[in-house]
Order: sequence, then C-alpha cells, then structure tokens
Amino acid sequence: MGKHKKMSDIIIQIDGKEVKAAEGMTVLEAAQSADIFIPTLCHHEKLEPRGLCRICTVEAEVRGWTKFVAACLYPVEQDLVVRTRSEKVDRIRKMILEFLLAHAPYSPQLQDLAQEYGADKDRFEKESSFCILCGLCVRYCAEVKKKNAVGFVDCGSRREIRFIPEIAVKECHSCKECFALCPTSYLQAAFVLTEALAFSKDASQTALKK
Amino acid sequence: MPRINSASELEELRKGVLSERDPDKPCIAICAGMGCLGLGNGRVISAFEEEVNKKDLKTKVDIRATGCHGYCEKGPMVVIYPEEICYVEVTPKDVPEIVSQTVLGKKVIDLLIYTDPDTGEKAAHQSEIPFYKNQMRHIIGNNTKIDPRSIDDYLAVGGYSALSKSLLEMSPEKVLDEIKKANLRGRGGGGFRAGRKWETARNAPGEEKYVIVNAHEGELGAFMDRAIFTGNPQSVLEGLIIGAYAVGSHRGFIYTRHDTPQLKNNIDMALAQAEEYGLLGENILGSGFSFNVEVHLDIGIFVSGESSALMRSIEGNAPEPRPKYIHTSVKGIWKKPSVLNNVETWANVPLIIDNGSEWYASTGTARSKGTKLVSLSGNIVNTGVAEVPFGTTIREIVYGIGGGIPKGKKLKAVHFGGPIGGSIPESLLDTPLDFDELAKLGASIGAGSMLVLDEDTSMVDVARYFLDFLSNESCGKCVPCREGIRQMLKILTNIRDGKVREGDIELLEEIAEVTGAASLCALGKTAADPLRSTLRYFRDEYETNIEKMKRPAEKRE
Repeated sequence: MGKHKKMSDIIIQIDGKEVKAAEGMTVLEAAQSADIFIPTLCHHEKLEPRGLCRICTVEAEVRGWTKFVAACLYPVEQDLVVRTRSEKVDRIRKMILEFLLAHAPYSPQLQDLAQEYGADKDRFEKESSFCILCGLCVRYCAEVKKKNAVGFVDCGSRREIRFIPEIAVKECHSCKECFALCPTSYLQAAFVLTEALAFSKDASQTALKK
Repeated sequence: MPRINSASELEELRKGVLSERDPDKPCIAICAGMGCLGLGNGRVISAFEEEVNKKDLKTKVDIRATGCHGYCEKGPMVVIYPEEICYVEVTPKDVPEIVSQTVLGKKVIDLLIYTDPDTGEKAAHQSEIPFYKNQMRHIIGNNTKIDPRSIDDYLAVGGYSALSKSLLEMSPEKVLDEIKKANLRGRGGGGFRAGRKWETARNAPGEEKYVIVNAHEGELGAFMDRAIFTGNPQSVLEGLIIGAYAVGSHRGFIYTRHDTPQLKNNIDMALAQAEEYGLLGENILGSGFSFNVEVHLDIGIFVSGESSALMRSIEGNAPEPRPKYIHTSVKGIWKKPSVLNNVETWANVPLIIDNGSEWYASTGTARSKGTKLVSLSGNIVNTGVAEVPFGTTIREIVYGIGGGIPKGKKLKAVHFGGPIGGSIPESLLDTPLDFDELAKLGASIGAGSMLVLDEDTSMVDVARYFLDFLSNESCGKCVPCREGIRQMLKILTNIRDGKVREGDIELLEEIAEVTGAASLCALGKTAADPLRSTLRYFRDEYETNIEKMKRPAEKRE
C-alpha cells in the first residue's frame, strides 16, 4: 500500500461492508485490504494490472448505474457500491472458466475455481493449446526482468505467446522465473519447443556454460 | 504561395482565386474517387487530357480530377460544368464525342446520360437523377467542385471562412457552445455528443491536449469517410483546427489507412498547402493560435480503429484497447486529454460555424441533427455513398436512392454497422435513420454502412461471417471477447455444416451475454450484436436449420 498516501480518502461499499480506500486504488486492492476475496488469474502484485482474464469481474454501482467491471483495473470513487458475487457475476465467471478449461482442463488453479462456480470442464470442445494467455510470463519478463524474451504474437483467436529465440538463448537458461507463474503447463512446453527448434547447438551450449 | 495573416487577407485571396475563374468556362469534372478508380477512370482522365491537348483547348477548358461523386454503381462519373451535365459509365472512347458535342457544342449526348432502368426516363443533370435527387448533400456535395489537391478550389467554395470566423470573431467557449447547441453527435459509431467530449477535454487538467481524426474506417461496407477525406481533405482539416481551438489543443493527429495511398497523398498535400497559406502552424491567420498536425498510419486490423487502441497505436504501442474507466478525453494519448472524432464528424464542424447551430439543428430528428452519410452495398441496385438528413426512412434510402433490390428479388434485411452492428427486417424499413431509434432495434447505425440483403441470404451465414471477421480482427487480449468469439463462431459453423446440437441457440445467447458484459472494450462488448439481432428477427432461420439437421439424412432436401 506504499504508493497510496492516505488511506481514509474514500469510503466505498463492498458486499455491504464499508471499506476505506485511497484515491488511485483499484477495487481489487480495496477488497484485499478488507480481506474480501475476489478471484484473479492474470493478476500479480509485481505487475501492472491488465484486465485480461476478466475473472475478477464484479458488479459496480455508480450513481444508480450498475455495470460489470474488472476489479483489478476499476478505480475506487466515493460512494461506489461493489458486489463481488451476484447471479450474473457468477454466470460470467463460470463461463470464463469453461472457456479456459477448454484449453487447460488440468490446471489446478482453474479446477479449484471451477468447483466454486460450478464450471463444466467439458462444456466446450478441447482446444489444442494449453495456454490461457494470462500473459504473466510475458509481463514478468518485460516488467520485472526487462528482457522481453517471451512475447505475444498475432491477434484475435490466433494470439499466442512465443519465445524470441535470439533473446531466449541468452537469457532464459539462467532465469526461468516465469515457469512458476504459469497456471498451466504450456509455458514450459513452449520453452522446450523453442529450445529444440530454434537454438543452435553451439549457442545453447555457450549459454549453458555461462 | 502567400502567407495569410488576417481575415481580410483571406478574403482578398479568395477574391483573387474567384476573379481568375470564369464561371462560364467549361470544366470537365471526372470522379477520381476510389470506386471509379477501380472502374478505370485513370484512362478516362488521360483520354480527356489528350483530347483537350489535341484540340488545342487547354486554355479554354478546365479538367478537374475530383473526389468521389457518390454514385459508384455508375462510375466512372463525369460532370460537365457550367451546365452540370452528368455522364455515367464513361469510357475513353466516349471522350472525343463528349468534348466536341457537349463541352464545345453544348449538346447533351443521350446515350451517355442516366436512364432509369424501370421507367426508361432520362436525366441529363445530376440533380435530376433519382440517386441524387433524394439526397441532401451538405458534406459531400462539394466533392464534384473540388480538386482535392488544390486548396484554391476549397477557398473558391467558401473554405476556411469558418476557421477565420472561429479564430477571429469567436472565443473558444463560444465555438464550443455552438457545437453543443447544434447537438453534433459522433459519426464513428457511438453517437456520443461531440460538444460534451470537447468540453471534458477542455476542462481536464493539463496544458498539453490533443485532437485526433479517426480515419481508420475499418467497418465492413463503410466507404463514406474515405470519400470525404480523399475528396475534400481541407474540410476535415478545417473542422479539426476549429476543434483544436475550442479544446485548447496545439497538436493534432490524423490516424488513417496504410493501404490507401491516394487518401494519404491527398491528406499530405492538404496539410502542406494549408501550412503554406498559414492556415496551419504558428499564429494561424494572425490570431495568435498555433496548431500542428501529424499523420499516422494504422496497423491494419479492425480493432486499431477503437479509440483507446488507436491512441496506443499513435503512442507507438501495439493497437490494443485499454480500459476506459477514465475517459480518453481526460486521459488519452500519453495520458493527456485527447479528443477523437471521426472524419465525418470533423467535416460537420465548419458547416455549423458557418451557418450557425440553429440552421444546423433545423435538419434531422429531435435527437439526431444534420445529415448522415451512408454507404450502400450488398444486394442493391445503386451501390454508392449517399447523404441524407437524419429522419429519412430506411425504405426511402433503399428504394428512393438505392433503387431497390436487383433482379426483382425481395428485401430480407438491412444490416447496419458492420461486424459490431445489427440487422433489421423488411417489416421495420419505415424506421427513420436516427441514432437512438436504430439502437433501440438492436441495429446501431455504426459509421453508416448499410448492407442490403435479399431473400436468398442466410442470416445464420451473415452472423457467422461477421464473427469470422472479428476472430481475426480483434486484439485477442481479453478472454470473454477472444474465447467467446471463438466458441460462437464454432457453433455457427456447426449449424452451417449440419453438425448441430440441441441447445445450441440457448448456448449462443449465453455466450453473447457474457461477451457483452465482461469484455474489455467496445469491440468485445458489441461483438455478438450481429448474432443477437439475427436471433431477434430471424430466429426461425436458426431453428429451421436445426430442425432440418435433426431429421434423418434421407429425408433431407
């Protein structure tokens, strides 16, 4: 909470409970400070929130208007009323989980949430890629390690993550910190594949020796 | 070119331009818009140039390659001034006859004028052709009179008088007030009040503010913005400078298509000429107000026209939308207040300032003022760009201007707003063109593309087509949009291919609800709109498809 100077600026309501928050805080931060749980998948405290997975969608009521917003991004404001669970919120989360379970049916994190929201892992046909594109690896490599060895490529339904061989060959063997962040088993597979296909023998051996 | 330092110098210059022009001198105005370009107007233009040279008429006849005249169906279009005789589907071999008969002989060539396909009635002048007769061409009307590469042509039709009036006779607040009173609403899709957007940016903290022309025009079937911007770039620029003055911005951006060199060239030329005249740059018209503009090219995917994605793109980042919980008019490009309006919206601004908000608001409906450009395509006799007052019924546009459906077929639906719009059925054709009326029907007007669909169209295919487009043209960043589109597209493909399952329609509706509520940007939130509207009005087509599939194979048609 170091970046928020004053804690008592703004009073909001989350699930009927009054919560003190500071200007510039997000709904997720305010909820966490009051020990109110909102599920997240693409959120990481060391990274800029991006609102990619939308599992943190909550109902926000401002001046009589109710809308569905991503808690990890939505800024608090005076008299904001937040409902972290509602019939529709649960329905949204259930379907988001079902979308993602089509990619990664055995992800423990997804399985736990699926149980909570009654999501059926077989609702949609299985997809070929395990990646749920939460971007934790991409963002961690860019924002914390500042290396950009892994990035998003392409757009729409063709979007995927890919290691940049020229950078990865130099940086990844000694790091691999992103492996632990991955909620599925995709990242490791992508790395091994990159290693096998794109690293020249000499280059990877040189890198290993370092 | 001289630099203009005051209102009187501008009027002097205008007088000079006009005095050199003889209103009785013949002028051949050939459409050089993109539609006619595709129909070979380049050869028609060179044929006219050759003929005029051959007959030694260079000093006696003007040739003007203009922007889009609107009637793409009948291109290449040629208008002969001062009589305003209009020839359609002109080929190079018609050129010698046009020059000798019409330009010199002042005679109308019957074979080349418009003939009504139903009545056989002929029309020699543009204003008598049904396609034009039923329009109100406030914005695009000047296209036939202007060479887009000549600022003098724009001055000759009264150009930059609104800028001069704004900068030298009005305060920024007064300009803003006029725009608000005119109730100018954004033509790009949202129909958001332009005046309110400008005011928010004006009042937002910070010295540095930006104004932007959205000339991305990615909506499928939309081609009116490029008709305005390619044909009359100075009018858009004039609107932008006036907007900058009202907002308090000194730096503007034009975000336009990378795949349309003619558009880019005309914009570049317009900027260079306006700058030379001192209508752009430092101390414009001696008013003390300074403003500069940069041109940026798009990344080529549909989502890069979304306001926050567009702004990220201008910053040099990937064109991915960001949440707009704080409006871009407060935090836009580089987190500075940024006003984004599309081409048509900016082109309306000089009209409002020149004629006053009262005049402007006297056209249209209670809540949609002025005129709207629409681009007609699909199963329609007259493909083209038309401009009508708000309140014109869709029936009048499709039949009165568009000439109805080819081959005597029946109309099934009119689709508005491309991949994030919606369709209305034949029974609702008497709906007026109006932001709110159409939105209520689930077919928001979008940027103004009207895709006309005849009785042979499968509405399931229409919905599938748009989702297929979006699956490639969204950014793919957030789950409800990316995965929702993926799953909806799969189900629709299955329905098309006969691999349908019980409950598919309900599942489609459930996905559409989640995608609509939880996606990050407007693209995702409206991605299911074509599907929703086809389910609303053509549900029986989905059901018939499913019923048909359930029957045993041998009984199928």
